[in-house]
Amino acid sequence: MQVLYFGWVKSRIGISKETLSPPLEVTNVVTLIDWLKGQGDGYAAAFNDAASLRVAVNQEVAPLDTVISDDDEVAIFSPMTGG
Amino acid sequence: MIRVQTEDFDIGAEITRIGADNTEIGGLASFVGLVRDYAGDEKISAMTLEHYPGMTEKELFKLETEARERWDLQEVLIVHRYGRLKPGDRIVLVVTASAHRKASLESCQFLIDWLKTKAPFWKLEDRESGAKWVDSREQDTVAADKWV
Repeated sequence: MQVLYFGWVKSRIGISKETLSPPLEVTNVVTLIDWLKGQGDGYAAAFNDAASLRVAVNQEVAPLDTVISDDDEVAIFSPMTGG
Repeated sequence: MIRVQTEDFDIGAEITRIGADNTEIGGLASFVGLVRDYAGDEKISAMTLEHYPGMTEKELFKLETEARERWDLQEVLIVHRYGRLKPGDRIVLVVTASAHRKASLESCQFLIDWLKTKAPFWKLEDRESGAKWVDSREQDTVAADKWV
């Protein structure tokens, strides 16, 4: 699974992109985030405030309960500030 | 038309080209976003814009399509820069063109309002106190929701 980070999520984790093979209990974005929180202090800090997180699955904005699999590109980021 | 680029753009040249290509156009509206040199009471020395390549182009194209469905438009141009910019630098250009002014003026405001919250860009400011990601603003969400 390709996972990308942008904004302060990227800064706190320290990388912009990684390929992950999450365990079977990861079925949607919420469970992915819960699993990632245990992968280090940077992840815990990045995902501390769930209400401020935004998500895209396969480059489309998606809700946190979106079902995901190994073939998906998942992006987790802070609110967008275009314009 | 959508362009995402690091290079600056020439406002006059962009608008002239659109007007020259299509003589059914009776009016053009434009918005240009610039980098301010302050945030609150702090000075800003630079702003770095990052974006999500691939998704950015798709989202901007969706915005153009939505504007063309809502208004009778002859042309739409969105140019959005990324990378490291200085105060005074241009960030974004929106141009809309229509036979009569109402469609171009309204759709130009619609596009910049939705760009603020729907285009996958993130701004990192170099402040006196250090680097800070720009927060989304409640008033931008309110402005975007007006068009729902």
